[in-house]
Amino acid sequence: MTVLVKVMLKPGVLDPQGKAIADALHRLGYGSVSDVRAGKLFRVEVDTDDPKAAREAGAQMAGKLLANPVIEDYEVLLEAADAPAGAAR
Amino acid sequence: MSGATAPRVAVVVFPGSNCDEDAARAARNVLQADVKMVRHDERALGDPDLVILPGGFAYGDYLRSGAMARFSPVMESVAAFAGQGGAVLGICNGFQILCEAGLLPGAMLRNAGLRFVCRDVFLRVESKRTPFTLAINKGDVLRMPVAHGEGNWTAERRVYEEMVARDQIVFRYVRSDGSRGEGANPNGSLDDVAGICNVKGNVVGLMPHPERACDELLGGTDGARLFKSFATTRMAMYGT
Repeated sequence: MTVLVKVMLKPGVLDPQGKAIADALHRLGYGSVSDVRAGKLFRVEVDTDDPKAAREAGAQMAGKLLANPVIEDYEVLLEAADAPAGAAR
Repeated sequence: MSGATAPRVAVVVFPGSNCDEDAARAARNVLQADVKMVRHDERALGDPDLVILPGGFAYGDYLRSGAMARFSPVMESVAAFAGQGGAVLGICNGFQILCEAGLLPGAMLRNAGLRFVCRDVFLRVESKRTPFTLAINKGDVLRMPVAHGEGNWTAERRVYEEMVARDQIVFRYVRSDGSRGEGANPNGSLDDVAGICNVKGNVVGLMPHPERACDELLGGTDGARLFKSFATTRMAMYGT
């Protein structure tokens, strides 16, 4: 199964990268942009057919390595099996 | 110092460390130390008096600075050594690794200005409770270089307040006259923090590079004061 781990800086933690991107969007004319937060997305292939096990594995990986709990929150999602496999490639 | 009393210093070398030789040189020149370079995949530190985690870009800073280095076999030995009260100094990337490993509190964010900052800064000694500052006066201002892109140290408010109460803030960025304010902090770190220690005071991390300020030829010797302080502390603890 494919586990998606989304990692974002916690609310309130300064995100210099997101701020720079917001500034660039403003310069491109997107005046309606009020805030940008930059994060990371990990696409992890796990050898299991059990959604619960896959989700749990993803959460463990996020807690131990993929996210730093001091500054980041994470969210674990399962990629839908019926999604077109080549869509993102 | 005679050979018998020379301190033993272990300098850890990760793939991507690039200040390891500078740290070893500072230890040899200032401490007259017997230096052992310890690879990331080794476990034997060689019964050191001091372990230095040097600057650089361990594992290419992949994921987050220090995130991968933390899982090196050598870090288990460093954690055990620190747990027994052994002196550990993390410089720049070494500081980032100590935070990721949980041996020091807090975490690093990108520099507030987003740029890699490479220049001299001024540090004020805020605490004398570590082996590296015991022989320096509180309030003394030291000049040494920084060179990092991710040195914006931060911690949860509650954690930070506890650290302040426990005297764990060791260095703050200041202006040349020792005052805090505009222009002093190169990376936007919380409350101008440049270096911290653990609760016991034996593990210290700082973003600036004391090992690059140990020789007049390189523009200053203020960094040597940290190593000299360590030597003084060791003498006081073990006698000559």
